[in-house]
Amino acid sequence: MALTIAVCIKPVPDSEYYNKITIDPVTKRLNRDGIPTVINSMDKNAIEAALRLREKHGGRVLAFSMAPDTAIENLKRVLAMGVDEAYLCSDRVLGGADTWATSYTLYKAIEKTGPVDLVIMGNQTEDGGTAQVPSQLGEWMGVPHLANVIALDYEDGGMVVKTKADRGTIRYSLKLPAVLAVTRDCNEPRIPSVMDILKVGKKPMRILRAQDLDLNPDFIGIKGSPTQAGEIYSPDMSRKSEALVGDPDEIALRILDELRKAGISIG
Amino acid sequence: MDLENCRGIMVYCEIDVCGIIDNSLELIGHANTLKEKMEHYPEVTAVIIGSDVGSLITVAARHGADRVIMMDNPRYRVYRPDLYSDALAAAAEKYRPEILLVGASLSGEEIGPTVAMKLHTGMAAHCVELKIRDDGQFVQVVPAFGGKVLGDILCPGFRPQMASMKAGMVSKRIFEGKVAEIESFDPDVRGFGDRLQVIETIPETRKRVSLSNAELVVTGGFGIGTQEGWDKLEHMAELLHGVSTCTRPALDAGWTDKEETMVGTSGVAIKPKVYLGFGVSGAAHHTCGIKGAGLIISVNRDANAPIFEVSDFKVVSDWEAIVNAITARLEATSAVCPDPDRA
Ligand SMILES: Cc1cc2nc3c(=O)[nH]c(=O)nc-3n(C[C@H](O)[C@H](O)[C@H](O)COP(=O)(O)OP(=O)(O)OC[C@H]3O[C@@H](n4cnc5c(N)ncnc54)[C@H](O)[C@@H]3O)c2cc1C
Ligand SMILES: Cc1cc2nc3c(=O)[nH]c(=O)nc-3n(C[C@H](O)[C@H](O)[C@H](O)COP(=O)(O)OP(=O)(O)OC[C@H]3O[C@@H](n4cnc5c(N)ncnc54)[C@H](O)[C@@H]3O)c2cc1C
Repeated sequence: MALTIAVCIKPVPDSEYYNKITIDPVTKRLNRDGIPTVINSMDKNAIEAALRLREKHGGRVLAFSMAPDTAIENLKRVLAMGVDEAYLCSDRVLGGADTWATSYTLYKAIEKTGPVDLVIMGNQTEDGGTAQVPSQLGEWMGVPHLANVIALDYEDGGMVVKTKADRGTIRYSLKLPAVLAVTRDCNEPRIPSVMDILKVGKKPMRILRAQDLDLNPDFIGIKGSPTQAGEIYSPDMSRKSEALVGDPDEIALRILDELRKAGISIG
Repeated sequence: MDLENCRGIMVYCEIDVCGIIDNSLELIGHANTLKEKMEHYPEVTAVIIGSDVGSLITVAARHGADRVIMMDNPRYRVYRPDLYSDALAAAAEKYRPEILLVGASLSGEEIGPTVAMKLHTGMAAHCVELKIRDDGQFVQVVPAFGGKVLGDILCPGFRPQMASMKAGMVSKRIFEGKVAEIESFDPDVRGFGDRLQVIETIPETRKRVSLSNAELVVTGGFGIGTQEGWDKLEHMAELLHGVSTCTRPALDAGWTDKEETMVGTSGVAIKPKVYLGFGVSGAAHHTCGIKGAGLIISVNRDANAPIFEVSDFKVVSDWEAIVNAITARLEATSAVCPDPDRA
């Protein structure tokens, strides 16, 4: 059976630049100026997993993202990787969503574009990083869902999945439709070639506004989010940073001395 | 869930072959700290889901549970996220806690948000701090951008207010002789039925390194550079009776396979008496896991390495020179008495 697979993509600030993120002391807003936006790393694993299933079993891969219009650039990259169609849910009223409202909006967008057999997502983002959206999307859809997926395959009309557990691994079988969240152990995402990038222009990409989605206004954006964001701050972790100097042996003695003073017993 | 008639703090107890995991016991302890700041001094309820787990009641009580809800049924013998989530959601619906805490373990990360959806409530993930404000509001502090930023999360309009917290963020508390009220609860939960099946559970055979009681932690970063270098660092850590831990790039390099010793956002938070770091740059992803350390000493050849800012003592040097010198000192001592176990 050919599979229709949805992948969910979140554009995030590039983690290489996290040291440049500051908080404006007056507005208390996050300042991300000059920090490029990239596709969340594990979402590339999700795309790769979906493409491999399509290559093996046939079908289509559709990408969904809830983000501002600028995310078009990120979705072009997603299409270059080999995804067939991309949908961007972008509307001011969707902003400020927590995971509950985010998963609802993604659910409605996927429902709108037609039934899918499988949803593959990243296990966790690099910015908010709650790892909550996949299970919550699975609940909205009312289908089996698993997180921490490290291997997956489609067999006999269902998925066979391996997940990383706290003390080992678990193998599951799931009937479709299902939602799976994959980790970076799942695969090595491909890098698009120039040819792939040239094909992007021909692929369908659509922006979905709130009115296109039959949304319950009480379930979206800040209003629909059970959690509210309060103050944000940068934790001050600085310590005295006293330099230990001398030749290596002198430094070694100083370190051992400090260990003893801190209550570590050394022979 | 709405706000009506909600009371107390519920903690989900996760179980492994050894019993209730530390992560959950820590949360039961912390729930007691929270309740002491709450006006009506509510109950702390532990929920135990499993098969043949009656012996764990006393463990939960000793760690601070006023009441234990036992969901003891053979259907919970093998972990299945859908069944466990249904069970916990049913317990929350029946006992209506104001606050519901879950460990941010891999399974907690599956169960927590699923339960939050079922109950139509909010959940704050991977909290680094949970507190009751003077006005009584429960405040959940979450990290973002790998710990570079912290934000307060509130959930004033929905119950229970759900939060997850990683192991090691708060300490266990012991309530000697405490006896808990016990209730059995056995709702008919079915999860996704045969739409989700466990084929097999493959337990880890390797013994895991425990970091919860480690007094001295020696961390190696990517700056260690080679496997030989790593082995040398581990040797020194052994001589010091310390536990060696790693950063993510050091783990990715394959110098160690003990992934449970990776410190930081995607690994563990530690609070040893001393953290001794070599060749670690000090990314927020890593340092947010060491802020509980009593003393931080770091060695890096780059005088501008961010790790120095968060260190009590810094050594600007090649790591190997320092490790060699410490090792030589320790070997000189232990040469007199080579087997520390006999001493
Ligand atoms: C400082 C800060 C703290 C926050 N803390 C919380 C909190 O504690 N609780 C809470 O409910 N919300 C919180 N949020 C809001 C949360 O980050 C957003 O709801 C976000 O849109 C989705 O959550 P996530 O990034 O944690 O995703 P995760 O659940 O970590 O994402 C997993 C996967 O879901 C998919 N996905 C997630 N978001 C999108 C999207 N917008 N479009 C397409 N696919 C997506 C991707 O495949 C992703 O890999 C916080 C936000 C900030 C800035
Ligand atoms: C979503 C996400 C989650 C992450 N989670 C984690 C996590 O949980 N834990 C974690 O650790 N990282 C995590 N990371 C990675 C993190 O961002 C950093 O990349 C990582 O912590 C850096 O590790 P490092 O200090 O070992 O390596 P590097 O940053 O490469 O630093 C190596 C340091 O060694 C020094 N050095 C080199 N040679 C020598 C020498 N001969 N002598 C002395 N010093 C030397 C260099 O000056 C440098 O400062 C995460 C990243 C992302 C994106």
